[in-house]
Amino acid sequence: MTTETKKYPAGMHPVLPPPSGSVGPVRWMRDNLFSSISNTVLTLLGLYLVYIIVPPFIQWAFIDSVVVGAESRKECLAIMGEDRGACWSFVYRRWGQFVYGFYPVEERWRVNVAFILAAFTIAIVLVEKLRNDKRILIGAILLPVACFFLITGSSLFGLVSVPTNKMGGILLTLIVGLSGIFVSLPISIMLALSRISKLPIFSIFATIFIEFIRGVPLITLLFIASTLLSYFLPPGSNFDLLLRVLIMVTLFSAAYIAEVIRGGLAAIPTGQYEAADALGLSYWQSMRLIILPQALKISIPGIVGSFIGLFKDTTLVVIIGLLDPLGIGMAAISTTEWAGLSTELYVFIGLFFFIFCFSMSRYSLHLEKKLHTGH
Amino acid sequence: MSGTKIQEKKTVTLGSLWRDKKSRAVIMQIIAVIGVLLFFGNIVSNTVENLDRLGVKVGFDFLTEPANYDINQTLIEYDSTDSHFKAGLVGLLNTLLVAGCGIVVATLLGFTAGVLRLSNNFVVSRLMQVYVEITRNIPVLLQILLWHGILIHSLPVPKKAEAVMEGVIFTNRGAYLPQPIPQEGFGWVWIALIVGIVFAVLFKKYANKVQEETGRLIPAIWIGAAAIIGLPALMFIIMGSPVEMSYPALKGFNYQGGFVIKPEFMALWFALSIYTGAFIAEIVRAGIQSVSHGQTEAAHALGIKPNFTMRLVVIPQAMRVIIPPLISQYLNLTKNSSLAIVIGYMDLVATIGGISLNQTGRALESMAIVLGVYLFISLSISALMNIYNRRIALVSR
Amino acid sequence: MKKLLPIAVSLAALTAMNVSASTLEDVQERGVLKCGVSTGLAGFAAPNDSGQWEGLDVDLCRAVAAAVLGDSEKVEYVPLTSKVRFEVLKSGEIDVLSRVTTWTFTRDASLGLNFAGVNYYDGQGFMVPKALGVTSAKELDGASICIQTGTTTELNAAEYFKLNGMTYEPVPVETSAEGRSNYLAGRCDVYTTDASALAAQRSVFENPADHMVLPEIISKEPLGPVVRHGDDQWLDIVKWSHNAMLNAEELGINSKNLDERGANNKDPSAQGLLGTNEAKLGAMLGLDKKWAYNIIKQVGNYSESFERNVGKETALKLDRGLNALWINGGIQYAPPLK
Repeated sequence: MTTETKKYPAGMHPVLPPPSGSVGPVRWMRDNLFSSISNTVLTLLGLYLVYIIVPPFIQWAFIDSVVVGAESRKECLAIMGEDRGACWSFVYRRWGQFVYGFYPVEERWRVNVAFILAAFTIAIVLVEKLRNDKRILIGAILLPVACFFLITGSSLFGLVSVPTNKMGGILLTLIVGLSGIFVSLPISIMLALSRISKLPIFSIFATIFIEFIRGVPLITLLFIASTLLSYFLPPGSNFDLLLRVLIMVTLFSAAYIAEVIRGGLAAIPTGQYEAADALGLSYWQSMRLIILPQALKISIPGIVGSFIGLFKDTTLVVIIGLLDPLGIGMAAISTTEWAGLSTELYVFIGLFFFIFCFSMSRYSLHLEKKLHTGH
Repeated sequence: MSGTKIQEKKTVTLGSLWRDKKSRAVIMQIIAVIGVLLFFGNIVSNTVENLDRLGVKVGFDFLTEPANYDINQTLIEYDSTDSHFKAGLVGLLNTLLVAGCGIVVATLLGFTAGVLRLSNNFVVSRLMQVYVEITRNIPVLLQILLWHGILIHSLPVPKKAEAVMEGVIFTNRGAYLPQPIPQEGFGWVWIALIVGIVFAVLFKKYANKVQEETGRLIPAIWIGAAAIIGLPALMFIIMGSPVEMSYPALKGFNYQGGFVIKPEFMALWFALSIYTGAFIAEIVRAGIQSVSHGQTEAAHALGIKPNFTMRLVVIPQAMRVIIPPLISQYLNLTKNSSLAIVIGYMDLVATIGGISLNQTGRALESMAIVLGVYLFISLSISALMNIYNRRIALVSR
Repeated sequence: MKKLLPIAVSLAALTAMNVSASTLEDVQERGVLKCGVSTGLAGFAAPNDSGQWEGLDVDLCRAVAAAVLGDSEKVEYVPLTSKVRFEVLKSGEIDVLSRVTTWTFTRDASLGLNFAGVNYYDGQGFMVPKALGVTSAKELDGASICIQTGTTTELNAAEYFKLNGMTYEPVPVETSAEGRSNYLAGRCDVYTTDASALAAQRSVFENPADHMVLPEIISKEPLGPVVRHGDDQWLDIVKWSHNAMLNAEELGINSKNLDERGANNKDPSAQGLLGTNEAKLGAMLGLDKKWAYNIIKQVGNYSESFERNVGKETALKLDRGLNALWINGGIQYAPPLK
């Protein structure tokens, strides 16, 4: 600070820092936390809430918890002594089951390879640069096929076939979630186009189908898959439970995604349709080249949202007896050794889903922002 | 394409029919109809053949047979000698009860969280964000199980439970509350309540008319509320408090008397409300943010008070954005209530689609009933929503 | 919709396995028996630490596999909840249901199913914590009772309490794990299901001695294997697989002495059972001579199976009781091998 007052020409005075009371953390706190009495009360209440929830949770989940070294809940308690923390040992000891279900141990490498391939596929779909290369995109379509053969096995490649009832845990969640979304996408596009089609029959059929599926709970559809579907098939024929569940889940998510895409189609200005007509494009050409690319782009956040919903809904398969991570965990805590650890189980499974779903919703948010700036 | 078509029209072949846009549309639709009919015909014939092979008869006559099982939460009189139909009805009412209670709490929670999420208060808005993100991203099934586990493991058993206050006891078999039992003369209180509501509605209409004609504002809402609460209260005092309280008391194994909320109901109610509340919070936030800032500024420029700006300018516009997804969340909540079976809450799926199905072996019929009821609920709500949408669409022109 | 049809049809065509009229031929062609069992009930059907299924119901599956395929290990176990079991059997997804299923009139007559005998005579009982101070089911007025749904249990409980003029709060549970969790948390005072299942449940408690099963048995629960209507040959096979184990016990044949007994000329009934003489019992069932030999060699007789899975030496500690042979005061009575 100079003591000498200098004279500046008009408009040339250097910018001075604001008065010390109006910047910095103090000012910020005064503006954001304690601007009025009610605000102060809310702030204090909020901080108190954090104080009574977060430290005890951290204490329970991390500081006082036991992960390795215990073979049963009793041993867990013995190790913990006075401080009752979480006993994560059953997760640690049954980690293999949580990830692979009852997939044969010596074949688990196949699942690992399939996981890596699936990760590649997802990366290709998500990263724009890779997505725009046609050859890579075709690869992305072939990879899931490879995953299918890897996981179910095929004598063609000398892989022992593994029955689907051995698949469980995270593997099962990913199978149901990912194949549900991949297969339902094309179906849902057809459904959405049918629903807004000018041909009344298509529109009626699509509407009935979509409204039916959206009108009933998924659990009832899964019950149908697990019990009634066999009535509808030719006498004596019969196919795998997991496949039946996959079909139901696919139809279910197709109906929901179709509505998202229909919203996207509705958002395309009529001028686009008219321009396509003016160019003399046929219906399919105009859809493929002009309308769908735009509509799908707008719908992506909604589709990701549906996918998050589908992914969470995969837990319902436990009700019809498939062993997803929740089912595996419930089997674990129903043994003598681990009985009574339900809170740990639910927290663990909740964390697993949270990590997946939260990152997906962040991705969708990011997309939304990107799409906004594009316009 | 369409230019050449006209000349070719003379000779009608299959190919030319296909190339013509209109006839192709007809052909495709006919194919679709035949395909769908074949598909369903096939399903029906398979089903008939399968049932025939197993010697199973189809019919809804089992609904009149006695159900022979008990249900622990019944809104209407029910006994194990009642029919499967009545058991299903009890289940349906339980579904509607938990859905209704869930919708109320989820809405309150969602609107509060949605508004607070936009608060300038950093701590509060972050807390709301954490609430929304955590509950939205964890499967609701898990949340139901977690709440049920917390309730039955952390609350005391009846014998060890202590009353929080006179007649209020929390145990792991339910929360027991004193229950007012209306005595003779309580009917008048109901009548007073109805009169109060009718008065409030009419008064509001009158107030609106006065405001339109003279611009004078009458605090109709406050006066109406006073009528709705005051009239029955007055009548209650006049009739000499015609209620008797039934207090829960420990008799034998359990508390008897009073009003009880079962832990299964509570777990389902909490989980569904908290889960759906997070989605509603996001809808409300998006709704408020969708109203452009220019609207608020314009209202201010017109000299409308901030209070009225919110009520008359922002909220009505936000509601147009909020209501359609809000209704679909209500539907989701109702459908999610079917997860009740994992904790043994006896809803529609657990009664007619569960125990009745099992006892009678009528899987096809029972599931058809369950699907039909859910479809009916969903479609009637969608229909109402369409009417609403049409109305606000007209208003916006 | 247009796209759905071909997809559904082709998927169905791709994966549908055509099952011919004869279950026996199907099983032999497939080389493995599909057997529906419990999702986990100690002593009756539960996977052990190494993932092998064990239990009395599992032994029945193994016996049928031994009879039909000659190898008791060729079984694919399909764990089923009580809710879906009949539909899964009816759909042909499994060949036999051996899942503590009570033989009742309605099930036999109206579900399109046949019961192929009784491998355990059971009855519904009540388990209470000793601390409750209850000694008879008659004292349970007003209690909360955990009842496993999808079984005959809820009907019996409703009837019993009605007959005795008592009230109760039913707490329905889906699985035995859920029932255990509710019961141990004190959500209910009493746990009711088949007495054998109560013993199984209690055996996995931390302190089994703190709980007791009340003396009242309120129902008849004959548990047995179930097959579909319309395949009598298969019904016979399952029925006689069980009967072979019972007859073996009656004849004193077990997995250790069968070779010596079968070679003994003075023992025609043993020879008939073991297929070492000219009586062609196996052929009448459409099986080979060694069908019963394989059962007893690989699975054992009924007594061996009982003691190994639920008997005195196991955690369940069940008495033979009703399940003793008729010659020992029980009611397990197999028709003669004539």
